[in-house]
Amino acid sequence: MGTSAPAFRELGYWLFRYRRTWRGSIVISVANPLFFLTALGLGLGKLVDRDGALHGESYLRFILPGMLVAAVMQTAFLEAAGPVLQSVRQRGNYRAAAATPLSPEDILYGHLMFWALRAVQNAVLFTGVSVVFGAVDPARAPLLVPIALLVAVAFATPAAAWSVTVTRPSQISAVFRFAVLPLYMFSGTFFPVEQLPSWLRPLAWATPLWHGVDLGRAVALGTATPFRVLVHVGYLTAMAVAGLLVARRNYRRTLHV
Amino acid sequence: MTAGPVPILAEGLTKTYGGFTAVDGIDLEVRRGEAFGVLGANGAGKSSTMRMIACVSPVTAGSLRILGRDSATDGAAIRARLGVVPQDDTIDGELTVRENLLIYGRYFGLSWKVLRERSARLLEFARLEDKAGDAVGTLSGGMRRRLTIARALINEPEIVLLDEPTTGLDPQARHLLWERLHRLKQDGVTLLLTTHYMDEAEQLCDRLVVMDAGRIVASGTPAELIARHTSREVLELKFAADERQVMIDKCRGLAERMEELPYRLLLYTDDGEETLAAVNARGVRPRTALIRRSTLEDVFLTLTGRSLVD
Ligand SMILES: Nc1ncnc2c1ncn2[C@@H]1O[C@H](COP(=O)(O)OP(=O)(O)O)[C@@H](O)[C@H]1O
Ligand SMILES: [Mg+2]
Repeated sequence: MGTSAPAFRELGYWLFRYRRTWRGSIVISVANPLFFLTALGLGLGKLVDRDGALHGESYLRFILPGMLVAAVMQTAFLEAAGPVLQSVRQRGNYRAAAATPLSPEDILYGHLMFWALRAVQNAVLFTGVSVVFGAVDPARAPLLVPIALLVAVAFATPAAAWSVTVTRPSQISAVFRFAVLPLYMFSGTFFPVEQLPSWLRPLAWATPLWHGVDLGRAVALGTATPFRVLVHVGYLTAMAVAGLLVARRNYRRTLHV
Repeated sequence: MTAGPVPILAEGLTKTYGGFTAVDGIDLEVRRGEAFGVLGANGAGKSSTMRMIACVSPVTAGSLRILGRDSATDGAAIRARLGVVPQDDTIDGELTVRENLLIYGRYFGLSWKVLRERSARLLEFARLEDKAGDAVGTLSGGMRRRLTIARALINEPEIVLLDEPTTGLDPQARHLLWERLHRLKQDGVTLLLTTHYMDEAEQLCDRLVVMDAGRIVASGTPAELIARHTSREVLELKFAADERQVMIDKCRGLAERMEELPYRLLLYTDDGEETLAAVNARGVRPRTALIRRSTLEDVFLTLTGRSLVD
């Protein structure tokens, strides 16, 4: 008899499935930054770098942490939303797992560990490529990994909490299109939020992605102050914890009807 | 069989969803090694009952003890010793047949070594050896059901819960499944199954309860239920549509009890021949007349005034 804690058995399920797709997913994790770095660094970057709005940094170094954090957010949402819906409904693997010794919380924690591992993997590959391109300081690059992990958990838990109650896949694509993607635009991913009209800036400061982007950027560029880090980490941690609490409740309500 | 705790013991078991009562204070005692049936029409509360026993649905009121443990506090430990075949099967479409067994077994904390050996044995039990490496999408309905049963056995459970195991299957697939369930019973596994097929209940169940609108309306062995709730024989008459009502009226008073179904008239009697003679003597001319023994279907009709499968 194996004696692994129940949540690790759920993680085992997702890792077993991941055996089929890991090669493709690694190619995507590497190709994604390569594409951005090539296109932005060589072309667009030179163009936008002329005015001095980017704190004297090259646009490449400015945009890189934002791209990483936004990519991690997107992956966390996509891997937490659709798969959770499928797990409850069609494929039914959550319902199957709920009939075994696992509790709904074990199922959640196991799946969350998988999202976390994927975020770490994504972040390591992304920053690795960036270091090679000279787009991030090699000494500060490792700090981006825990930041990516925090952002992933902060987005994955609310996404899972909601998706476990969703009945139609179209609801998930709607939220992706109308809530997740617009975050890219208003969270300082591509340009500093100070460029936004002043009445729009508070909106940007309220978005969770901005906290992740600004945290990643401040750390990567070495401009972080303790207060700033505390605010960002506090915001994202609060979001992760709130998401987890709601997810726990919703998983139990859905799987133990 | 050693005398351990009662496999399933429910008292006043109740389930409500919002304000709606799906299971209304039922008592159940399932004994070790028996096959126990819950017979009822759609919506009777069978699945709600099974889900509470499977410890995936909190009990609203009443007490439920499984293998001597309280379902409210020991869910995980109970589930570890149950095999569950849910009404809507949860076979993983992205895994192969064998992987479905292996991965499910991992949820019980079993080692790969144990699982390889057990899954080979269970594939044979389910007659799916040739399908081991196939995608589950290629399986027929009967094969899927057998895979679900094989999967439920991966943890060598003491009790297997089967919620409508053969609904939607063709007769041949059902017979193969019944035969497999008989073998499980011989191996000493306690079976609790729900069905709305009276032939399935008669084939498989040592004892059963009849459930209607969340309540148990009768319980006993199939023979006891038939003896207690219906006559020995049934005379079934069919009439031409245009004279149907006249003929039915003429038959009144000829049997202990009469039941009008859409296409048949049932006369409950202890002597079918005698009743048929009386029917003929009244000038009733049925298109067909059939004398048969009473079945659980008749018990159900008597108790609820409805047929099982509509
Ligand atoms: N999750 C649920 N929420 C609300 N009502 C439910 C739920 N599950 C079942 N019911 C209702 O409870 C009644 C009994 O359902 P069920 O236990 O599935 O019966 P059966 O399995 O005998 O067909 C039905 O009226 C059904 O609509
Ligand atoms: Mg049912």
